Amino acid sequence: MYRYNEFDRDFLAERNRQFRAQVERRIDGSLTEEEFKPLRLMNGLYLQLHAYMLRVAIPYGTLNSAQMRQLAYLAERWDKGYGHFTTRQNIQYNWPRLSDVPDMLDALAEVGLHAIQTSGNTIRNVTADHFAGAAADEVADPRPVAELIRQWSTDHPEFQFMPRKFKFAITGAPNDRAVTAAHDIGLRIVERGGEIGYTVLVGGGLGRTPMIGKVLAEFIPAEDLLPYLEATVAVWNAIGRRDNKFKARIKILVHEVGLDALRAEVEEEFTLRKPLYAGGRDVALLEEIAGHFAPPEFETTPTETYDAAYASDPVFRSWADTNLAPHRADGYAIVTVSLKKQGDTPGDATADQMRVMADLAERYAHDELRISHEQNVILPHVHKRHLPAIHAALKAAGLATANIGLVSDIIACPGMDYCALATARSIPVAQQIATRFDELKLEHEIGPLKIKISGCINACGHHHVGHIGILGLDRAGVENYQITLGGDGTEDAVIGTRTGPGFAYDEIVGAVETILKTYLSLREDPSETFLQTCRRLGIAPFKAALYPEAKTRAA
Amino acid sequence: MPRDFTPKVVTANHLLDGDVIYQTADDRWSRHHAEAELITDEAHATIRLLDAERQVDTVVGAYLADARPGTHGPEPVHFREVFRTRGPSNYAHGKQVEL
Repeated sequence: MYRYNEFDRDFLAERNRQFRAQVERRIDGSLTEEEFKPLRLMNGLYLQLHAYMLRVAIPYGTLNSAQMRQLAYLAERWDKGYGHFTTRQNIQYNWPRLSDVPDMLDALAEVGLHAIQTSGNTIRNVTADHFAGAAADEVADPRPVAELIRQWSTDHPEFQFMPRKFKFAITGAPNDRAVTAAHDIGLRIVERGGEIGYTVLVGGGLGRTPMIGKVLAEFIPAEDLLPYLEATVAVWNAIGRRDNKFKARIKILVHEVGLDALRAEVEEEFTLRKPLYAGGRDVALLEEIAGHFAPPEFETTPTETYDAAYASDPVFRSWADTNLAPHRADGYAIVTVSLKKQGDTPGDATADQMRVMADLAERYAHDELRISHEQNVILPHVHKRHLPAIHAALKAAGLATANIGLVSDIIACPGMDYCALATARSIPVAQQIATRFDELKLEHEIGPLKIKISGCINACGHHHVGHIGILGLDRAGVENYQITLGGDGTEDAVIGTRTGPGFAYDEIVGAVETILKTYLSLREDPSETFLQTCRRLGIAPFKAALYPEAKTRAA
Repeated sequence: MPRDFTPKVVTANHLLDGDVIYQTADDRWSRHHAEAELITDEAHATIRLLDAERQVDTVVGAYLADARPGTHGPEPVHFREVFRTRGPSNYAHGKQVEL
C-alpha cells in the first residue's frame, strides 16, 4: 500500500488548515454560500436533501485496517454510526454538521485519507479493479499507476476549473472489473512483446448521454503515459464545451469532433508536453510507488481446514461458492464481503461492521481491504486455511450473506432518500427486490445477474450497464421506473436497451419478477445466464411479458 | 398564458446542520412544514424568497416549494417535499424521529 511521505502529509495538513479557515469564515458570515460552495465541493462536502454529506476518497478502493477503523470512528463520532460505500469506491457520511467537518478531515489525515477532489469540476478519485494485485488473471497491478495519477491530478493547477468533472478508471486484467469503458478515460494494462503498456479508452460515460469509451491509443508505454494523459485532459479542458453543462463531458467532444480528429489534437499536444517530462522523474516516481505495492509474502501451507469445512458445512460451502474468487497464489482466495444482506441498504456498513472487517484484514489478510464499485468490501489476500474462521466472524456480524454476483447483490445509488439531485428513490427498490427473491428462494436458481439502480439520469447506480438496469424518474409528480435490459459493464461493455414505458413504485418489483420468470422459462439450460439469454433472444420476449396489453392491441 | 400561481412555502437548509427548514409568517425558521407561512400571492412569494436569500449566515439554498392547506397547517405537494419533511426511508433518521 502507498505510504504517505512528508510532502503528502504536509500538503494534506495545509489543505485541511485552509478548509478549516474557510468553514469558519462561512459560519461567521464573511463568505456567502456562492463563494463557499466551490471551496466545499473541492473538499468533498455536499449539501443534500436532509443534511450535509461528506464524500471521502478511498483511492483506487484500497484501505488498510487502520484506515477502515478510522472510517468507523468517523461514523460513530460525527455521523449516525454507519457509512455508505459508493459506486466510485468512496465512502459517504450522510449526517455531518458543517462545523465538525474540519475535525473529520483532520482525523482522516491521521491515516492518510482525504476528501479532496471527490466533487467539483476536477479529476476525481481514480478507481481501479477491486481485485488488483490479487487476481489470477492480472497482467500487472493497476494501483501504482492509479496512485501516480492521484498524485499528478491532486491540486493540478491546470485542472482545477474544468468544463466538468473527469473520471479515470484502470484495470490490470483483461477481465474488466473496473468498468473502464464507462469513464472519461479508461486505462487497460496490456503486455506487448514483454513490455507493459496502456490501452487508453476515451469518452466513455453513463448519465444523460451514455457512451462506451473508444480506443484513443492502443499502446502507450509507461514513459509516455503521464504526458499522454495530460495532453488528453488538456485538449478537452481547452476546447470542451463550457456553454452547456450537459454537453461538457469529454464523451460529447469525442462525439462532436470525432475520434480521429481528437487523437490528432492529443498527439500534437503530447509532442509539446513530452519534453516537460524529460529526465523521467515520472517514471522514477512510478517505480518508487510500485515498491509500495509489492505483493505480500504468500505462505505455502495446507488448506485442510478449508477443505474440511467445505465438505461438511453447507452454509460455509454456499458462501465459498459465491463469495470467493481465484487468487494468483496457490492456496489463497479473494474474499468478497457482501454489504447486500437482503433487506439492508446496499453499500452501508455500521461502525461495528467496519471494525470487524478491519480486524479480519489485520489478522488474516495481510492488512488489506478493498472497496468495490459494486459496493462490497474485499479481503484480497486470504489463505484458505483462515476462511472458516473468517466466515464465522462475518456471520456473527451480519456480513456473511452468500450472494455475490446474484440477484440481491444490487448496486443502488442513494437516490431520493438522500441525494438532492435524485428524481426518485433507489434504496427501497433494491431492498424490496432483494427481499422478494430471497422469499421466492430463486436467487441461486437464477444465477449470475447484475441489477443496477439509479435514482436519476446521472446514473451513479450504473443502470445502463446493468443486466437489468432501473432508472427512477419523476413523471408528473409520481415516482416512475424505466427498465433497460442487456447492459454489460465488462470488457464487452454494452449499454442496455429500454423495454418501454416505466413502472410505478409499487409495480417495479413485480416487473423484475416478470423478467426473471420469463428468463427461467426461456433459457436453454441452467448454465445459460440471464445476459446470455438476453443476447440470444433480444429484449422482445421480455417486452411481451412486461406489456401484455400492447401485444393484445397489436393483435 | 401564464399558469395560475399555486400556493408555496419558502424552504431551505440550515447552514450549520443542513436540516430542512421553513420560513414562518413571523420571520422565524421552523423545522416543521406545518409552521411554514403558506403564500398565496405571487408578488408576496417573490419578496419572501428575497427575505430568505438575504439571510446568508443562517440558510442555504432557499426556494419556493408547492404546498397546500392541511389540517395542522401547510402540507407538501410533491413527493420530494414529503421526503424532506421526514427523512430517509431506509432508516429511522432525521425529522421522522427527531421532531
